[in-house]
Amino acid sequence: MNQANLSTPVANPRRGSLQRTLLTVALILLACLAPTVLYPTFLMKGLCFALFAMAFNLLIGYVGLLSFGHAAFFGAAAYIVGHALKVWGLPVELALVIATLSSAFLGTIVGWLAIRRQGIYFAMITLALSQVVYFVALQAPQTGGEDGLQAIPRGYLFGLFDLSDSMVLYYVVLAIFLACFFMMQRIVSSPFGEVLRAIRDNEPRAVSLGYQVDHYKLLAFTLSAGLSGLAGALKAIVFQIASLSDVHWHASGEVVLMTLLGGIGTAMGPVVGAFTYAALQNYLAPFGSWVFIIQGVVFVLCVLVFRDGIVGLLGRIRNRIGFN
Amino acid sequence: MDIFGVPIQALMGQVLIGLINGGFYAILSLGLALIFGLLNIINFAHGAVYTAGAFVAWLLLEHLGIGYWGALLFAPGIIALIGIFLEKTVVSQIYRQDHLYGLLLTYGMALIIEGGFRQVYGVSGIPYNLPAALSGGVNLGFMYLPIYRGWVVVVSILVCFSVWYVIERTKLGSTLRAATENPALTKSFGINVPRLITLIYGLGVGLAAFAGVLAAPIYQVNPLMGSNLIIVVFAVVVIGGMGSIMGAILSGFLLGIIEGLTKVFYPPASHLVIFIFMAAILLIRPAGLFGRKQ
Repeated sequence: MNQANLSTPVANPRRGSLQRTLLTVALILLACLAPTVLYPTFLMKGLCFALFAMAFNLLIGYVGLLSFGHAAFFGAAAYIVGHALKVWGLPVELALVIATLSSAFLGTIVGWLAIRRQGIYFAMITLALSQVVYFVALQAPQTGGEDGLQAIPRGYLFGLFDLSDSMVLYYVVLAIFLACFFMMQRIVSSPFGEVLRAIRDNEPRAVSLGYQVDHYKLLAFTLSAGLSGLAGALKAIVFQIASLSDVHWHASGEVVLMTLLGGIGTAMGPVVGAFTYAALQNYLAPFGSWVFIIQGVVFVLCVLVFRDGIVGLLGRIRNRIGFN
Repeated sequence: MDIFGVPIQALMGQVLIGLINGGFYAILSLGLALIFGLLNIINFAHGAVYTAGAFVAWLLLEHLGIGYWGALLFAPGIIALIGIFLEKTVVSQIYRQDHLYGLLLTYGMALIIEGGFRQVYGVSGIPYNLPAALSGGVNLGFMYLPIYRGWVVVVSILVCFSVWYVIERTKLGSTLRAATENPALTKSFGINVPRLITLIYGLGVGLAAFAGVLAAPIYQVNPLMGSNLIIVVFAVVVIGGMGSIMGAILSGFLLGIIEGLTKVFYPPASHLVIFIFMAAILLIRPAGLFGRKQ
């Protein structure tokens, strides 16, 4: 009865690998041409969200762990990259590395505590620990309290590319996103990814097979936290601001929503969910608190009606019309 | 008279606030534990329900002229009925799914409830006046006790222990515990478990709404009053473990007092102390203070 899974496995991963390659190339081309039609800032926001959701999806989709505190890693890295660029004046690439590693380290600590409990408790522990990061961000003198860190300089990548030009920055963000996307595909299809799925599907069995389940969980959590941090750091550079809303637990809820909306445990789900959510947010921005109500309605609908998200829905439509 | 360089009045004042907050933590975590026991769902909407309790009390006063005493009775009743309706129509749809979907569903419900209040009433608080009979205070010699605050502490202790008594010492409670332990077997004895589940959901959210009414005169009626509270209550639940009713009550009050004392001795950490305590408990006793190892 409890075996209803959080993920929807792809029907047949080997089917149409050529078709898949073509689709990937087409999507990358589309992403390269997109800023001629859409605002680069909007696209970069979508890419940052997509990276964030992808990192979150590694945990919920492949290990079956629901973290409700991922905003801590996203927001902490935003502050750190902002501080490194603005106060220390470090080069962008170094600031990004420092922020990502700091979030990964924070993730190791949070993960080390949280994996002591399972299921619902895991979600509550991550939420509570992320609140610690929020209060530190609220009270620490370096973070600028309610104002946040403003006017973060974008700087030059490798001293060559002027990131204050949004088009240049877009291609940098896209390149980082694509690198992470393919790395993630590599991770989940590696033996390590197989073990993660084994833990998700039947943890006691994975233990009895001799796997150090806790090590795998902790490594996945650290990876996920680090990538979330990279996403937060990029967002801080794009919008030149790091604020409390990045560390607030509503942001943790948002990343859950994006992943659920797109399709948990799929490669494209988090990306589709993130762009849909970014568009929704832009569209709803003038309507005040309706944003929360709509978010809530989307949550309820996703859980009740389509648990496999947009990607799952598209798959079902494709199967029905017999397109292979 | 000073204790560690802190005047006793200030100390007792914070302990009192700690007891009040502890009462809210206890009532809310009690409801969460009850609901979790039978439904296997963590009700993320619990904080929003607490907010809704305070709002219903205010609306009753504003539109129907029903004062505090009436609200104390009617607001939890109304909310419990709405809860029962929602359990029947929405929440019951997902019992067969992974437990985490229950968390996500109720989180969505919380966003809708809080967003709704925010949209209609804005984020600034609405004051709710103290009932005349409970205003004023008494001087106990070592501290000045506002009557309303004393009343909240006494009432929350009473409510918590009556719930404990019903669950642990009555026929209804033993049925309930049986259904928590083994629903299939309980059903085979001819007990209507789905109805029991509905009743418990109603009771759980009714308790949260009751806490909301108690809180309305102390904190203003505010759409966000429950959303930060719920995270603290989650930490309380992790510390106490949801296996025992008494565990939920005791950890609620204990953590309220710890938080109050931190406000006296090291104010900047007062928001953090419960979470740090939770981390320490996870290291020492991963199953929680009163939890059994799964």
